[in-house]
Amino acid sequence: MSILWLRVALGCYAVGLLYVLLALSRTTELLNRVALHAAYLGMVFHFVSLAEAFLESGQMASVHNAESVLGFLIMVVFLLVYLVYQTTSPGIVVFPLVFLLTFVAATGEAPFLLTSASMRTGWLFAHIALIFTGYAALVLSFGASLLYLVEERALKSKQSSGRLSRLPALEVIDEIGFRSLLLGFPFMTLGLLAGTVMAQSTFGRVDLLDPKILLSILMWAVYLILLYTRWSVGWRGRRAAYLVASAFGFALIAWAANYFSAMHRFARS
Amino acid sequence: MTFQLLGVNHKTAPVEVRERLAIPESRLPEALRRFMQHPGVEEGLILCTCNRVELLARTPNEGADLRGFLRDYWRVERSLVDPHLYEYREKDAIRHLFRVTSSLDSMVVGEAQILGQVKEAYATARAVGAVNSQMDQLLTRAFAVAKRVRTETAVGSSAVSVASVAVELAKKIFGALHGKQVYLVGAGKMTELAARHLLAHGASSIFVANRTYDRAVRLAQKFRGQAIEFSRLYETCDRADIIITSTGSPHAIFRREHGELFLSRRKNRPMFFIDIAVPRDVDPEINKLDGIFVYDMDDLQQAVASHVADRKTEAEKAEFIIDSEVERFQIRIQTLDIVPTIVSLQDHLETIRQAEMDRFRGRLGPLSPEQQLAIETLTRGIVNKIMHTPISTLKTAVRESEATTVVEIVRRLFNLGGTKKPGPGGEA
Repeated sequence: MSILWLRVALGCYAVGLLYVLLALSRTTELLNRVALHAAYLGMVFHFVSLAEAFLESGQMASVHNAESVLGFLIMVVFLLVYLVYQTTSPGIVVFPLVFLLTFVAATGEAPFLLTSASMRTGWLFAHIALIFTGYAALVLSFGASLLYLVEERALKSKQSSGRLSRLPALEVIDEIGFRSLLLGFPFMTLGLLAGTVMAQSTFGRVDLLDPKILLSILMWAVYLILLYTRWSVGWRGRRAAYLVASAFGFALIAWAANYFSAMHRFARS
Repeated sequence: MTFQLLGVNHKTAPVEVRERLAIPESRLPEALRRFMQHPGVEEGLILCTCNRVELLARTPNEGADLRGFLRDYWRVERSLVDPHLYEYREKDAIRHLFRVTSSLDSMVVGEAQILGQVKEAYATARAVGAVNSQMDQLLTRAFAVAKRVRTETAVGSSAVSVASVAVELAKKIFGALHGKQVYLVGAGKMTELAARHLLAHGASSIFVANRTYDRAVRLAQKFRGQAIEFSRLYETCDRADIIITSTGSPHAIFRREHGELFLSRRKNRPMFFIDIAVPRDVDPEINKLDGIFVYDMDDLQQAVASHVADRKTEAEKAEFIIDSEVERFQIRIQTLDIVPTIVSLQDHLETIRQAEMDRFRGRLGPLSPEQQLAIETLTRGIVNKIMHTPISTLKTAVRESEATTVVEIVRRLFNLGGTKKPGPGGEA
């Protein structure tokens, strides 16, 4: 059943994706509203799907599918941004990504399951949930910085009218990106700490050379640099966008590193 | 029944003619009363703005001589106004009203004022009692159409003056302007105008620097701002988010190094330079710095021009909306128009039936209640069968814009009296 709900959610996100494609040519209020409702609906089904998967397996850490959870969390952050700023503009980046994640989750083979009983602890759950929230915030921040670049270029080249005129103001986009970062950082940090604690208790050590761990630490470092430069010299725009992009890049590779990491190589059930 | 419109506007008449026809607001009610007394005018509205004078009336099918009223009321020569007049009827009058209300007929297409002016004219006409039934519906629909045009097209959304473009750009960069600081360099008329616009949109405080300190002080007082000695320009500029310059300096006074200095002091918070001086006060190189946006006079004027062009394309979309709305309104008003005809047709035949029944009652002799009922049913059935086709023809005719003709034919065939005030019963 859970996979069915996920596919319904996927259908709703597809509407959002369509909105993005149309938004590149023109946007109307109606379109905005349709996309938003599709997103709400998609999230509801998505939540049902996740909840059902959780109940079925009856264990905290048996996340039905990592992509699915991440997709859901990104949507949550997107919606928070909408509630505060009344803009669906980040959707241009968020919808395609969420669609892709959900698509992989809904059509992929059997989900990753954690087999070792010792790993089914609250720590693991915390580790995953916190880091994923951090990822979601990072994704949104990345989206915002892309929008910032697009709009900055339009303003500099003096072509601010037309299709860009519906983007929120430059400073608002900047604020969305920065706040997402601020929100994501503590989650990311705590998530990594939880991972460390767990690794210590399970394996007795933390293998810093494990690709996934190494990449995650690199990502965290870039994250820290980002926040620091913003706080001390107010870096924004192009420079900040490069940093966010690199943090995002590390995050992506770290995500893919599941296949090479000794500690994170999950057995397929 | 038809709608009729007669008027002049900025396109058809020079200002000398328009001012000759203008009616001051205080005399509008009296003019409306006179208009209502004019033969053939059943409902009326007078719209008088600086760009147009228009008479709108509901008249009988054969129309009314609105030109005659115009000449009588204003006492103008036929030769003076006639070449400038336009007159529309029915569909065209409705379309014209919809276009005017939606600001498609305005000098600056999409400006918002006209809707308010039509609403005022409507309020006055209602107060006088000059607008009550069909015209009321027409005007209410016109306001709805204007709203639809405004929400479904971008015809009124872009700024079309230099000062409003500046405000729009500032909003594009900073979002809400609340709490933003504006710095005026040079105390000219244009800077003052732009500053006024920015303040009206929420910008908080103003600094003024000018080579002659006195003028800076005077301008600063106007806005309750702060005057600053010109020599302290560079040390104070980083406080401002928006800088408007218009000095007569032959060289740029803001160069790249200044921009870098400001940015580092401001922790890279964005800055917006509006350079309305010619020769320019701001070196275009500054625009290359991250976080500084420079617009000079040419850029602003180009934005204005492109917005005007945008409005034109949006206006074309609006015309489609108007077309469909005119169509819809006509069908509605014609449906209303056939209802009295159908009613009088029914009444007419019913009267005939009753009369014939009474006439033959004596010849039939005493009837049992069942027989009585049978005859009633029989005669009523015949009448209904006969009426069925004319009524359904009337109803379909409405959708084919020939309703007036069909209504007329039906009325003449059944001798139902004139179309002017079709009372129930008609002629029995």
